[in-house]
Amino acid sequence: MSLADRAIAGEVRAAARLMRIADDRTGDYIQEMVKIWAHTGHARIIGITGAPGSGKSTLTDALITHYRSLGKSVGVAAVDPSSPFSGGAILGDRIRMATHANDEGVFIRSVATRGHLGGLSVSAMDIAAIFDAMGKDIIIIETVGVGQDEVDISSLADTCIVVVMPGAGDDIQAIKAGILEVADIFVVNKADRDGADRTARDLKTMLELGAKRVWMPPVVKTIALKKSGIEELAEGIALHSNYSDNEDKHFARLYHAALGLLKDRLVNSCFTPDRFRELLKTQGDPYSVTIKWLKNHGLEA
Amino acid sequence: MGKVRILIAKPGLDGHDRGAKVVARSLRDAGFEVIYTGLRQTPEAIVNTAIQEDVDAIGISILSGAHNTVFPAITGLLKEKGASDIVVFGGGVIPDEDIPFLLESGVAIIFTPGTSTEDVIKFVNEKITAKIH
Ligand SMILES: Nc1nc2c(ncn2[C@@H]2O[C@H](COP(=O)(O)OP(=O)(O)O)[C@@H](O)[C@H]2O)c(=O)[nH]1
Ligand SMILES: [Mg+2]
Repeated sequence: MSLADRAIAGEVRAAARLMRIADDRTGDYIQEMVKIWAHTGHARIIGITGAPGSGKSTLTDALITHYRSLGKSVGVAAVDPSSPFSGGAILGDRIRMATHANDEGVFIRSVATRGHLGGLSVSAMDIAAIFDAMGKDIIIIETVGVGQDEVDISSLADTCIVVVMPGAGDDIQAIKAGILEVADIFVVNKADRDGADRTARDLKTMLELGAKRVWMPPVVKTIALKKSGIEELAEGIALHSNYSDNEDKHFARLYHAALGLLKDRLVNSCFTPDRFRELLKTQGDPYSVTIKWLKNHGLEA
Repeated sequence: MGKVRILIAKPGLDGHDRGAKVVARSLRDAGFEVIYTGLRQTPEAIVNTAIQEDVDAIGISILSGAHNTVFPAITGLLKEKGASDIVVFGGGVIPDEDIPFLLESGVAIIFTPGTSTEDVIKFVNEKITAKIH
């Protein structure tokens, strides 16, 4: 049986290995993923973003506990940045989710960005697809959370949660700078700290001043560490599913995956820096090189 | 090309994980992906995590003196789950006279105090990078 068949049958080792080759873009990942994608479209995909330290991982941990208490199976892809210098990474989100390590209904995968911008990895949607094909009910994607560049997840997750901390003036700035449109639900985490009410109020005011929308993002206060406010958050997530265009989101995920494959085949395999350097010698400028290269491959420039 | 993935774990009840963090950072700086799970992980949790993360190796840091039970428990569970291809290495405070037993139980190498992180990186490159590339 192929890795994909075994993953679809629920085998953790095979699924984990398949995530690996999809991430590495090695082996037979294309054939395997063709099988996987045919089995997707069932899970509910929740994205969690917000500044580093705001409590995304802790909130993920609390959401896992909540969904497990309802008997739902959960897959988590937790993304952390790769070092731009070494290409290595320390992936530490699991520390906050340690209580679920022995629960067979929970599969957590740490993912490095490997140079991809936007808070995710190129493989993030493939990993989510593998969870989906395994039959996970809920998939949570925790993004890097660099601040303002979190648009990826808002188009890809069925519901996108933005986590902010009380009184964090910078956070509110980030919100003003465009993250307001990204969130389906706002979470003011660390509500055990001073200023949570005020931050929640500020957020609500900003939302009300903004463009009128069919779905008005609720603002939920949580203390993720104490698993407080999680019921209300989960209610918001459930309610939002009636408003979210899930087909649109699924389409966006397919497109993300397709672009990942295109980039791998086109850029990483054909139009490599080495090849480009060679072509540059005879053609002189980047546009001429690209146009010629496209023409050679039967494509209009 | 594939990237080497390594789980760094710190089982046992004793306090700090400074040593584990130093190793984690130097492995990252050598270009590896390090999954760090924090303190007080049981052998079961470590093995389940290693399998979900599809790591090439598990590095265990132990200060508590429980090495003679923790290491065999981990290698035993890996075997049980058909994952003996995952390399196990260790470090921390482990008396020399206990090392032969640990190696016999399936641990690839024990780094004794004073080992430089370069030695750990060299080990990973020889034992793992060479294998997956
Ligand atoms: N006081 C308080 N601390 C929290 C809460 N939630 C998380 N934290 C702490 O905030 C820190 C960062 O949490 P983490 O989940 O790793 O944040 P992430 O970087 O956004 O994933 C950790 O030390 C958590 O224990 C909370 O509700 N209240
Ligand atoms: Mg985190």
